[in-house]
Amino acid sequence: MKINNIGYLLKEGIRGIFLHGFMSVAAIVVTVACLLIVGSFSMLVYNVNMMVDELERSSEVMVYIDEDYDEQQAHSVGTDINDIENVYRADFVTREQALENFVEDYDDGSAFSGVEPEYFRHRFVVKLTDNSQMEQTVKELETIEGVAHIKAPYELAEGFTTLRNVLQLVSGGIIAVLLLVSLLIISNTVKLSMYDRKDEIAIMKMVGATNGFIRLPFVVEGFILGMVGAGVAFGLEWLLYDLLLNKINDIGGLAQLFHLAPFKELLLPMVATFGATGLFVGMVGSWTSIRKFMNV
Amino acid sequence: MIEFVNVKKSYSVGTKALRGVSMQIEDGEFAFLVGPSGSGKSTIIKLITGELKPTSGSVHVNGYSLERIRKREIPYLRRTVGVVFQDFRLIDKMTVYENVAFAMRVVGAKNQEIRERVPYVLDLVGLESKARRHPGELSGGEQQRLAIARALVNNPSTIIADEPTGNLDPARSLEIMTLLQEINNLGTTMLVVTHEQHLVNQFGNRVITIDEGLISSDKVRQYENQ
Repeated sequence: MKINNIGYLLKEGIRGIFLHGFMSVAAIVVTVACLLIVGSFSMLVYNVNMMVDELERSSEVMVYIDEDYDEQQAHSVGTDINDIENVYRADFVTREQALENFVEDYDDGSAFSGVEPEYFRHRFVVKLTDNSQMEQTVKELETIEGVAHIKAPYELAEGFTTLRNVLQLVSGGIIAVLLLVSLLIISNTVKLSMYDRKDEIAIMKMVGATNGFIRLPFVVEGFILGMVGAGVAFGLEWLLYDLLLNKINDIGGLAQLFHLAPFKELLLPMVATFGATGLFVGMVGSWTSIRKFMNV
Repeated sequence: MIEFVNVKKSYSVGTKALRGVSMQIEDGEFAFLVGPSGSGKSTIIKLITGELKPTSGSVHVNGYSLERIRKREIPYLRRTVGVVFQDFRLIDKMTVYENVAFAMRVVGAKNQEIRERVPYVLDLVGLESKARRHPGELSGGEQQRLAIARALVNNPSTIIADEPTGNLDPARSLEIMTLLQEINNLGTTMLVVTHEQHLVNQFGNRVITIDEGLISSDKVRQYENQ
Protein backbone atom coordinates (compact mmCIF):
# COMPACT_ATOMS: atom_id res chain seq x y z
CA MET A 1 0.00 0.00 0.00
CA LYS A 2 1.53 3.28 -1.07
CA ILE A 3 1.54 6.11 1.45
CA ASN A 4 -0.17 8.51 -0.96
CA ASN A 5 -3.14 6.15 -1.19
CA ILE A 6 -3.82 5.95 2.52
CA GLY A 7 -5.38 9.40 2.72
CA TYR A 8 -7.56 8.61 -0.29
CA LEU A 9 -8.71 5.29 1.18
CA LEU A 10 -9.49 6.85 4.58
CA LYS A 11 -11.41 9.64 2.88
CA GLU A 12 -13.40 7.09 0.89
CA GLY A 13 -14.19 5.14 4.06
CA ILE A 14 -15.48 8.27 5.81
CA ARG A 15 -17.39 9.31 2.68
CA GLY A 16 -19.19 5.94 2.77
CA ILE A 17 -20.40 6.65 6.30
CA PHE A 18 -21.91 10.01 5.38
CA LEU A 19 -23.26 8.74 2.08
CA HIS A 20 -25.45 6.28 3.99
CA GLY A 21 -26.05 8.47 7.02
CA PHE A 22 -29.22 6.78 8.19
CA MET A 23 -27.85 3.25 8.00
CA SER A 24 -24.58 4.39 9.59
CA VAL A 25 -26.49 5.91 12.51
CA ALA A 26 -28.57 2.73 12.73
CA ALA A 27 -25.42 0.60 12.79
CA ILE A 28 -23.88 2.77 15.52
CA VAL A 29 -27.09 2.73 17.60
CA VAL A 30 -27.38 -1.04 17.32
CA THR A 31 -23.72 -1.49 18.20
CA VAL A 32 -24.12 0.84 21.19
CA ALA A 33 -27.24 -1.03 22.34
CA CYS A 34 -25.59 -4.43 21.92
CA LEU A 35 -22.36 -3.37 23.59
CA LEU A 36 -24.26 -1.76 26.46
CA ILE A 37 -26.06 -5.01 27.12
CA VAL A 38 -22.87 -7.02 26.60
CA GLY A 39 -21.02 -4.63 28.93
CA SER A 40 -23.77 -4.71 31.54
CA PHE A 41 -23.81 -8.48 31.52
CA SER A 42 -20.04 -8.60 31.82
CA MET A 43 -20.21 -6.22 34.79
CA LEU A 44 -23.01 -8.26 36.31
CA VAL A 45 -21.04 -11.47 35.89
CA TYR A 46 -17.95 -9.84 37.38
CA ASN A 47 -19.83 -8.48 40.40
CA VAL A 48 -21.82 -11.66 40.99
CA ASN A 49 -18.60 -13.66 40.77
CA MET A 50 -17.06 -11.32 43.29
CA MET A 51 -20.05 -11.69 45.63
CA VAL A 52 -20.11 -15.44 45.20
CA ASP A 53 -16.40 -15.51 46.01
CA GLU A 54 -17.05 -13.57 49.18
CA LEU A 55 -19.96 -15.81 50.13
CA GLU A 56 -17.91 -18.88 49.33
CA ARG A 57 -15.15 -17.65 51.53
CA SER A 58 -17.65 -17.32 54.37
CA SER A 59 -18.96 -20.87 54.04
CA GLU A 60 -17.28 -23.23 56.47
CA VAL A 61 -16.78 -26.96 57.02
CA MET A 62 -16.95 -27.98 60.69
CA VAL A 63 -14.53 -30.76 61.60
CA TYR A 64 -15.36 -32.27 65.01
CA ILE A 65 -12.57 -34.08 66.88
CA ASP A 66 -12.89 -37.35 68.76
CA GLU A 67 -14.33 -36.63 72.19
CA ASP A 68 -11.57 -38.65 73.90
CA TYR A 69 -8.88 -36.27 72.63
CA ASP A 70 -7.69 -33.63 75.04
CA GLU A 71 -7.06 -30.09 73.86
CA GLN A 72 -3.43 -30.64 72.93
CA GLN A 73 -4.16 -33.84 70.99
CA ALA A 74 -7.07 -32.20 69.23
CA HIS A 75 -4.99 -29.18 68.28
CA SER A 76 -2.33 -31.41 66.71
CA VAL A 77 -4.91 -32.82 64.26
CA GLY A 78 -4.78 -29.38 62.63
CA THR A 79 -1.42 -30.25 61.04
CA ASP A 80 -2.99 -33.07 59.01
CA ILE A 81 -5.98 -30.90 58.12
CA ASN A 82 -3.77 -28.13 56.81
CA ASP A 83 -1.84 -30.63 54.70
CA ILE A 84 -4.87 -31.16 52.50
CA GLU A 85 -4.43 -29.15 49.31
CA ASN A 86 -7.89 -27.59 49.10
CA VAL A 87 -7.84 -26.39 52.71
CA TYR A 88 -7.44 -22.63 52.68
CA ARG A 89 -7.44 -22.22 56.44
CA ALA A 90 -8.28 -24.28 59.56
CA ASP A 91 -9.05 -22.49 62.85
CA PHE A 92 -9.03 -24.51 66.04
CA VAL A 93 -11.96 -24.00 68.42
CA THR A 94 -11.75 -25.50 71.90
CA ARG A 95 -14.72 -26.94 73.77
CA GLU A 96 -14.80 -23.83 75.94
CA GLN A 97 -14.85 -21.49 72.95
CA ALA A 98 -17.52 -23.64 71.31
CA LEU A 99 -19.71 -23.32 74.38
CA GLU A 100 -19.18 -19.57 74.46
CA ASN A 101 -20.11 -19.25 70.81
CA PHE A 102 -23.19 -21.41 71.33
CA VAL A 103 -24.35 -19.34 74.25
CA GLU A 104 -23.73 -16.14 72.36
CA ASP A 105 -25.76 -17.40 69.40
CA TYR A 106 -28.75 -18.88 71.22
CA ASP A 107 -29.13 -17.41 74.67
CA ASP A 108 -29.53 -14.20 76.48
CA GLY A 109 -26.97 -15.55 78.96
CA SER A 110 -28.99 -17.43 81.59
CA ALA A 111 -30.69 -20.51 80.00
CA PHE A 112 -27.44 -22.41 79.40
CA SER A 113 -25.66 -21.27 82.52
CA GLY A 114 -25.25 -24.83 83.81
CA VAL A 115 -23.96 -26.38 80.62
CA GLU A 116 -20.45 -27.79 80.84
CA PRO A 117 -17.88 -27.48 78.05
CA GLU A 118 -17.55 -31.29 78.04
CA TYR A 119 -20.84 -31.48 76.19
CA PHE A 120 -19.00 -29.97 73.23
CA ARG A 121 -16.18 -31.34 71.12
CA HIS A 122 -12.98 -29.63 70.12
CA ARG A 123 -13.33 -28.67 66.52
CA PHE A 124 -11.78 -26.99 63.51
CA VAL A 125 -13.53 -24.38 61.39
CA VAL A 126 -12.20 -25.11 57.90
CA LYS A 127 -12.39 -22.80 54.89
CA LEU A 128 -11.73 -24.25 51.48
CA THR A 129 -9.95 -22.77 48.50
CA ASP A 130 -12.45 -24.24 46.04
CA ASN A 131 -15.89 -25.08 47.37
CA SER A 132 -16.83 -27.01 44.24
CA GLN A 133 -14.41 -29.71 45.49
CA MET A 134 -16.00 -29.81 48.93
CA GLU A 135 -17.16 -33.43 48.72
CA GLN A 136 -13.72 -34.71 47.77
CA THR A 137 -12.06 -32.63 50.48
CA VAL A 138 -14.49 -33.89 53.13
CA LYS A 139 -13.61 -37.48 52.14
CA GLU A 140 -9.95 -36.65 52.67
CA LEU A 141 -10.72 -35.03 56.03
CA GLU A 142 -12.63 -38.14 57.13
CA THR A 143 -9.50 -40.26 56.73
CA ILE A 144 -7.55 -38.21 59.29
CA GLU A 145 -7.13 -39.90 62.60
CA GLY A 146 -8.99 -38.10 65.36
CA VAL A 147 -11.69 -36.67 63.14
CA ALA A 148 -15.01 -37.91 64.51
CA HIS A 149 -17.58 -36.09 62.48
CA ILE A 150 -17.79 -33.50 59.70
CA LYS A 151 -20.56 -31.06 58.94
CA ALA A 152 -20.30 -29.55 55.45
CA PRO A 153 -22.71 -27.13 53.73
CA TYR A 154 -22.86 -29.11 50.46
CA GLU A 155 -26.10 -27.57 49.25
CA LEU A 156 -24.81 -24.06 49.75
CA ALA A 157 -21.59 -24.85 47.90
CA GLU A 158 -23.48 -26.53 45.06
CA GLY A 159 -25.82 -23.55 44.91
CA PHE A 160 -22.93 -21.15 44.46
CA THR A 161 -21.34 -23.31 41.80
CA THR A 162 -24.64 -23.69 39.94
CA LEU A 163 -25.34 -19.96 40.19
CA ARG A 164 -21.92 -19.16 38.79
CA ASN A 165 -22.22 -21.70 35.98
CA VAL A 166 -25.74 -20.64 34.98
CA LEU A 167 -24.77 -17.01 35.01
CA GLN A 168 -21.71 -17.62 32.86
CA LEU A 169 -23.68 -19.77 30.44
CA VAL A 170 -26.59 -17.34 30.09
CA SER A 171 -24.41 -14.27 29.82
CA GLY A 172 -22.11 -16.07 27.37
CA GLY A 173 -25.10 -16.97 25.19
CA ILE A 174 -26.55 -13.46 25.33
CA ILE A 175 -23.19 -11.89 24.58
CA ALA A 176 -22.69 -14.21 21.58
CA VAL A 177 -26.16 -13.44 20.18
CA LEU A 178 -25.73 -9.70 20.62
CA LEU A 179 -22.34 -9.75 18.96
CA LEU A 180 -23.84 -11.63 16.05
CA VAL A 181 -26.65 -9.06 15.77
CA SER A 182 -24.13 -6.20 15.71
CA LEU A 183 -22.06 -8.07 13.17
CA LEU A 184 -25.06 -8.56 10.88
CA ILE A 185 -26.22 -4.94 11.14
CA ILE A 186 -22.78 -3.53 10.37
CA SER A 187 -22.36 -6.08 7.63
CA ASN A 188 -25.65 -4.98 6.09
CA THR A 189 -24.75 -1.31 6.35
CA VAL A 190 -21.51 -1.88 4.53
CA LYS A 191 -23.28 -4.14 2.03
CA LEU A 192 -25.69 -1.31 1.25
CA SER A 193 -22.74 1.00 0.81
CA MET A 194 -21.12 -1.52 -1.53
CA TYR A 195 -24.31 -2.07 -3.47
CA ASP A 196 -24.58 1.65 -4.00
CA ARG A 197 -21.06 1.63 -5.38
CA LYS A 198 -21.14 -1.67 -7.24
CA ASP A 199 -20.54 0.08 -10.57
CA GLU A 200 -17.51 1.82 -9.13
CA ILE A 201 -16.25 -1.51 -7.80
CA ALA A 202 -16.75 -3.15 -11.20
CA ILE A 203 -14.77 -0.33 -12.85
CA MET A 204 -12.08 -0.61 -10.20
CA LYS A 205 -11.79 -4.33 -10.91
CA MET A 206 -11.80 -3.69 -14.64
CA VAL A 207 -8.92 -1.22 -14.57
CA GLY A 208 -6.82 -3.45 -12.32
CA ALA A 209 -7.39 -2.33 -8.72
CA THR A 210 -6.30 -5.00 -6.27
CA ASN A 211 -8.87 -6.57 -3.96
CA GLY A 212 -7.09 -5.04 -0.98
CA PHE A 213 -7.40 -1.56 -2.45
CA ILE A 214 -11.11 -2.06 -3.13
CA ARG A 215 -11.79 -3.53 0.30
CA LEU A 216 -9.97 -1.04 2.44
CA PRO A 217 -12.45 1.90 2.30
CA PHE A 218 -15.24 -0.46 3.32
CA VAL A 219 -13.17 -1.95 6.12
CA VAL A 220 -12.34 1.61 7.25
CA GLU A 221 -16.06 2.37 7.17
CA GLY A 222 -16.85 -0.70 9.31
CA PHE A 223 -13.94 0.08 11.63
CA ILE A 224 -15.14 3.64 12.22
CA LEU A 225 -18.74 2.52 12.78
CA GLY A 226 -17.60 -0.15 15.22
CA MET A 227 -15.25 2.15 17.12
CA VAL A 228 -17.74 5.03 17.37
CA GLY A 229 -20.33 2.54 18.65
CA ALA A 230 -17.82 1.13 21.14
CA GLY A 231 -16.81 4.62 22.34
CA VAL A 232 -20.37 5.79 22.90
CA ALA A 233 -21.32 2.50 24.58
CA PHE A 234 -18.30 2.70 26.87
CA GLY A 235 -19.15 6.26 27.96
CA LEU A 236 -22.78 5.34 28.59
CA GLU A 237 -21.81 2.19 30.48
CA TRP A 238 -19.53 4.18 32.77
CA LEU A 239 -22.20 6.81 33.36
CA LEU A 240 -24.98 4.30 34.06
CA TYR A 241 -22.79 2.16 36.30
CA ASP A 242 -21.71 5.14 38.40
CA LEU A 243 -25.34 6.24 38.65
CA LEU A 244 -26.26 2.76 39.91
CA LEU A 245 -23.41 2.80 42.45
CA ASN A 246 -24.46 6.22 43.75
CA LYS A 247 -28.08 5.09 43.94
CA ILE A 248 -27.11 2.03 46.00
CA ASN A 249 -25.05 4.20 48.34
CA ASP A 250 -27.92 6.70 48.65
CA ILE A 251 -30.49 4.01 49.46
CA GLY A 252 -28.22 2.41 52.05
CA GLY A 253 -29.56 -0.39 54.28
CA LEU A 254 -30.09 -3.74 52.58
CA ALA A 255 -29.14 -2.40 49.15
CA GLN A 256 -25.59 -2.03 50.39
CA LEU A 257 -25.40 -5.80 50.65
CA PHE A 258 -24.87 -5.61 46.89
CA HIS A 259 -21.29 -4.59 47.09
CA LEU A 260 -20.36 -3.51 43.56
CA ALA A 261 -16.83 -3.00 42.33
CA PRO A 262 -16.08 0.61 41.35
CA PHE A 263 -15.98 1.16 37.56
CA LYS A 264 -12.40 2.40 37.74
CA GLU A 265 -11.37 -1.04 38.98
CA LEU A 266 -12.67 -2.42 35.68
CA LEU A 267 -11.55 0.44 33.45
CA LEU A 268 -8.78 -1.31 31.55
CA PRO A 269 -10.61 -4.61 30.96
CA MET A 270 -13.70 -2.69 29.88
CA VAL A 271 -11.74 -0.45 27.48
CA ALA A 272 -10.10 -3.56 26.06
CA THR A 273 -13.42 -5.43 25.80
CA PHE A 274 -15.34 -2.56 24.19
CA GLY A 275 -12.47 -1.64 21.89
CA ALA A 276 -11.83 -5.20 20.77
CA THR A 277 -15.53 -5.89 20.31
CA GLY A 278 -16.07 -2.69 18.32
CA LEU A 279 -13.05 -3.46 16.19
CA PHE A 280 -14.09 -7.07 15.66
CA VAL A 281 -17.73 -6.28 14.90
CA GLY A 282 -16.84 -3.41 12.57
CA MET A 283 -14.06 -4.99 10.61
CA VAL A 284 -15.37 -8.55 10.42
CA GLY A 285 -18.84 -7.21 9.59
CA SER A 286 -17.53 -5.22 6.66
CA TRP A 287 -15.03 -7.84 5.51
CA THR A 288 -17.68 -10.54 5.24
CA SER A 289 -20.04 -8.25 3.33
CA ILE A 290 -17.36 -7.41 0.79
CA ARG A 291 -16.58 -10.93 -0.33
CA LYS A 292 -19.51 -11.44 -2.63
CA PHE A 293 -18.90 -8.15 -4.41
CA MET A 294 -15.31 -9.04 -5.19
CA ASN A 295 -16.02 -11.80 -7.67
CA VAL A 296 -16.23 -9.51 -10.70
CA MET B 1 0.62 -9.92 -27.52
CA ILE B 2 -2.53 -12.03 -27.36
CA GLU B 3 -2.24 -15.71 -28.19
CA PHE B 4 -4.92 -18.39 -28.10
CA VAL B 5 -3.83 -21.99 -28.72
CA ASN B 6 -6.63 -24.50 -29.31
CA VAL B 7 -8.76 -22.84 -26.61
CA LYS B 8 -11.95 -24.56 -25.57
CA LYS B 9 -14.39 -23.13 -23.10
CA SER B 10 -17.49 -24.86 -21.78
CA TYR B 11 -19.84 -23.38 -19.21
CA SER B 12 -21.25 -25.37 -16.32
CA VAL B 13 -24.67 -25.50 -18.01
CA GLY B 14 -23.05 -27.46 -20.81
CA THR B 15 -22.78 -24.70 -23.43
CA LYS B 16 -19.63 -25.00 -25.52
CA ALA B 17 -18.73 -21.36 -26.13
CA LEU B 18 -15.34 -21.98 -27.74
CA ARG B 19 -14.49 -25.23 -29.49
CA GLY B 20 -10.81 -24.88 -30.30
CA VAL B 21 -9.84 -21.27 -31.04
CA SER B 22 -6.29 -20.51 -32.11
CA MET B 23 -5.18 -17.00 -33.00
CA GLN B 24 -2.37 -14.59 -32.40
CA ILE B 25 -2.53 -10.80 -32.26
CA GLU B 26 0.88 -9.21 -32.30
CA ASP B 27 1.93 -6.17 -30.31
CA GLY B 28 0.81 -2.98 -32.04
CA GLU B 29 -1.66 -4.77 -34.30
CA PHE B 30 -5.25 -3.61 -34.97
CA ALA B 31 -7.74 -6.45 -35.34
CA PHE B 32 -11.50 -6.66 -35.56
CA LEU B 33 -13.27 -9.59 -33.97
CA VAL B 34 -16.59 -10.14 -35.68
CA GLY B 35 -19.31 -12.75 -35.59
CA PRO B 36 -23.00 -13.24 -34.87
CA SER B 37 -24.50 -13.13 -31.38
CA GLY B 38 -23.61 -16.21 -29.35
CA SER B 39 -20.62 -17.01 -31.53
CA GLY B 40 -18.13 -16.74 -28.63
CA LYS B 41 -16.89 -13.12 -28.91
CA SER B 42 -17.76 -12.21 -25.32
CA THR B 43 -16.12 -15.38 -24.06
CA ILE B 44 -12.91 -14.40 -25.85
CA ILE B 45 -12.99 -10.96 -24.16
CA LYS B 46 -13.62 -12.51 -20.76
CA LEU B 47 -10.73 -14.89 -21.28
CA ILE B 48 -8.43 -12.03 -22.23
CA THR B 49 -9.38 -9.98 -19.15
CA GLY B 50 -9.08 -12.92 -16.79
CA GLU B 51 -12.77 -13.08 -15.91
CA LEU B 52 -12.82 -16.67 -17.15
CA LYS B 53 -10.30 -19.46 -17.42
CA PRO B 54 -10.17 -21.73 -20.46
CA THR B 55 -11.48 -25.28 -20.09
CA SER B 56 -8.52 -26.44 -22.16
CA GLY B 57 -5.85 -24.92 -24.38
CA SER B 58 -3.71 -21.93 -23.49
CA VAL B 59 -4.26 -18.18 -23.50
CA HIS B 60 -1.33 -15.76 -23.24
CA VAL B 61 -1.97 -12.06 -22.80
CA ASN B 62 0.88 -9.57 -22.43
CA GLY B 63 3.13 -12.11 -20.74
CA TYR B 64 0.47 -13.71 -18.51
CA SER B 65 -0.63 -17.32 -18.99
CA LEU B 66 -4.34 -17.16 -18.30
CA GLU B 67 -4.87 -20.89 -17.83
CA ARG B 68 -2.68 -20.86 -14.73
CA ILE B 69 -2.86 -17.25 -13.59
CA ARG B 70 -3.22 -16.76 -9.84
CA LYS B 71 -6.13 -14.72 -8.55
CA ARG B 72 -3.90 -12.03 -7.10
CA GLU B 73 -2.12 -11.57 -10.46
CA ILE B 74 -5.34 -10.73 -12.31
CA PRO B 75 -5.37 -7.01 -11.32
CA TYR B 76 -1.87 -6.68 -12.79
CA LEU B 77 -2.95 -8.40 -16.01
CA ARG B 78 -5.89 -5.99 -16.25
CA ARG B 79 -3.57 -3.01 -15.97
CA THR B 80 -2.10 -4.11 -19.30
CA VAL B 81 -5.51 -4.38 -20.95
CA GLY B 82 -7.85 -1.39 -21.24
CA VAL B 83 -11.48 -2.26 -21.89
CA VAL B 84 -14.11 -0.11 -23.62
CA PHE B 85 -17.77 -1.15 -23.44
CA GLN B 86 -20.79 -0.42 -25.61
CA ASP B 87 -22.62 1.06 -22.59
CA PHE B 88 -19.61 3.22 -21.58
CA ARG B 89 -19.84 2.30 -17.85
CA LEU B 90 -19.00 5.76 -16.56
CA ILE B 91 -19.56 7.05 -13.04
CA ASP B 92 -22.25 9.73 -13.31
CA LYS B 93 -21.49 11.49 -10.05
CA MET B 94 -17.90 12.11 -11.12
CA THR B 95 -16.77 14.70 -13.62
CA VAL B 96 -15.03 13.80 -16.88
CA TYR B 97 -11.67 14.52 -15.24
CA GLU B 98 -12.56 12.50 -12.13
CA ASN B 99 -13.72 9.51 -14.17
CA VAL B 100 -10.33 9.29 -15.83
CA ALA B 101 -8.36 10.15 -12.70
CA PHE B 102 -10.31 7.49 -10.79
CA ALA B 103 -8.88 4.76 -13.03
CA MET B 104 -5.37 5.97 -12.19
CA ARG B 105 -6.11 6.49 -8.51
CA VAL B 106 -7.33 2.94 -7.94
CA VAL B 107 -4.13 1.44 -9.30
CA GLY B 108 -2.12 3.55 -6.90
CA ALA B 109 -0.88 6.36 -9.17
CA LYS B 110 0.68 9.38 -7.50
CA ASN B 111 -1.14 12.73 -7.51
CA GLN B 112 1.55 14.28 -9.64
CA GLU B 113 1.24 11.52 -12.25
CA ILE B 114 -2.53 11.94 -12.30
CA ARG B 115 -2.24 15.71 -12.76
CA GLU B 116 0.08 15.21 -15.73
CA ARG B 117 -1.50 12.21 -17.42
CA VAL B 118 -5.24 12.95 -17.25
CA PRO B 119 -5.15 16.24 -19.24
CA TYR B 120 -2.90 14.59 -21.82
CA VAL B 121 -5.34 11.72 -22.36
CA LEU B 122 -8.38 14.00 -22.38
CA ASP B 123 -6.63 16.08 -25.02
CA LEU B 124 -5.93 12.93 -27.02
CA VAL B 125 -9.63 12.04 -27.15
CA GLY B 126 -10.72 15.65 -27.66
CA LEU B 127 -12.39 16.18 -24.29
CA GLU B 128 -9.99 18.55 -22.55
CA SER B 129 -12.46 21.42 -22.72
CA LYS B 130 -15.16 19.31 -21.08
CA ALA B 131 -13.11 18.10 -18.13
CA ARG B 132 -15.47 19.60 -15.57
CA ARG B 133 -18.66 18.28 -17.09
CA HIS B 134 -20.45 15.19 -15.87
CA PRO B 135 -21.04 12.22 -18.19
CA GLY B 136 -24.76 13.00 -18.32
CA GLU B 137 -23.94 16.35 -19.97
CA LEU B 138 -22.04 14.69 -22.82
CA SER B 139 -23.28 13.25 -26.11
CA GLY B 140 -23.07 9.48 -26.75
CA GLY B 141 -19.92 9.90 -28.84
CA GLU B 142 -18.29 12.03 -26.15
CA GLN B 143 -19.19 9.51 -23.47
CA GLN B 144 -17.50 6.80 -25.52
CA ARG B 145 -14.46 9.05 -25.96
CA LEU B 146 -14.39 9.41 -22.20
CA ALA B 147 -14.58 5.62 -21.79
CA ILE B 148 -11.66 5.32 -24.22
CA ALA B 149 -9.71 7.93 -22.26
CA ARG B 150 -10.29 5.94 -19.08
CA ALA B 151 -9.17 2.72 -20.77
CA LEU B 152 -6.09 4.50 -22.07
CA VAL B 153 -5.00 6.47 -19.04
CA ASN B 154 -3.02 3.69 -17.36
CA ASN B 155 -1.07 3.25 -20.57
CA PRO B 156 -2.13 -0.35 -21.28
CA SER B 157 -0.37 -2.20 -24.07
CA THR B 158 -3.70 -3.52 -25.35
CA ILE B 159 -7.18 -2.08 -25.65
CA ILE B 160 -10.22 -4.30 -26.08
CA ALA B 161 -13.28 -2.46 -27.36
CA ASP B 162 -16.51 -4.41 -27.04
CA GLU B 163 -19.04 -3.02 -29.52
CA PRO B 164 -17.75 0.53 -28.95
CA THR B 165 -20.04 2.02 -31.57
CA GLY B 166 -23.14 -0.02 -30.78
CA ASN B 167 -24.96 2.96 -29.23
CA LEU B 168 -23.78 5.60 -31.67
CA ASP B 169 -24.98 7.01 -34.98
CA PRO B 170 -22.85 6.32 -38.10
CA ALA B 171 -20.97 9.64 -38.00
CA ARG B 172 -20.05 9.25 -34.29
CA SER B 173 -19.18 5.59 -34.93
CA LEU B 174 -16.70 6.61 -37.60
CA GLU B 175 -15.20 9.19 -35.25
CA ILE B 176 -14.73 6.62 -32.52
CA MET B 177 -13.24 4.07 -34.88
CA THR B 178 -10.88 6.70 -36.24
CA LEU B 179 -9.86 7.58 -32.70
CA LEU B 180 -9.13 3.92 -31.94
CA GLN B 181 -7.07 3.74 -35.12
CA GLU B 182 -5.11 6.83 -34.02
CA ILE B 183 -4.45 5.27 -30.62
CA ASN B 184 -3.30 2.12 -32.39
CA ASN B 185 -0.93 4.23 -34.48
CA LEU B 186 0.70 5.32 -31.21
CA GLY B 187 1.59 1.66 -30.57
CA THR B 188 -1.33 0.25 -28.55
CA THR B 189 -2.58 -3.18 -29.63
CA MET B 190 -6.28 -2.89 -30.52
CA LEU B 191 -8.92 -5.61 -30.59
CA VAL B 192 -12.34 -4.28 -31.58
CA VAL B 193 -15.42 -6.46 -31.32
CA THR B 194 -18.14 -5.21 -33.62
CA HIS B 195 -21.12 -6.13 -35.76
CA GLU B 196 -20.76 -3.17 -38.11
CA GLN B 197 -19.63 -4.46 -41.47
CA HIS B 198 -19.36 -1.08 -43.20
CA LEU B 199 -17.06 0.26 -40.50
CA VAL B 200 -14.84 -2.78 -40.54
CA ASN B 201 -14.45 -2.66 -44.26
CA GLN B 202 -13.63 1.07 -44.15
CA PHE B 203 -10.43 0.31 -42.26
CA GLY B 204 -7.77 -1.83 -43.85
CA ASN B 205 -7.27 -4.01 -40.80
CA ARG B 206 -7.27 -7.66 -39.94
CA VAL B 207 -10.71 -9.20 -39.44
CA ILE B 208 -11.09 -12.35 -37.34
CA THR B 209 -14.47 -13.95 -37.82
CA ILE B 210 -15.78 -16.33 -35.20
CA ASP B 211 -18.78 -18.56 -35.64
CA GLU B 212 -20.16 -21.20 -33.27
CA GLY B 213 -17.02 -21.14 -31.17
CA LEU B 214 -14.58 -21.57 -34.04
CA ILE B 215 -12.61 -19.09 -36.12
CA SER B 216 -14.17 -19.26 -39.57
CA SER B 217 -11.89 -16.73 -41.26
CA ASP B 218 -8.91 -14.54 -40.46
CA LYS B 219 -8.18 -12.09 -43.27
CA VAL B 220 -7.55 -8.45 -43.95
CA ARG B 221 -10.60 -6.25 -44.68
CA GLN B 222 -13.12 -8.96 -45.34
CA TYR B 223 -16.25 -9.06 -43.26
CA GLU B 224 -19.42 -10.34 -44.76
CA ASN B 225 -22.41 -10.09 -42.45
CA GLN B 226 -23.86 -13.52 -41.84
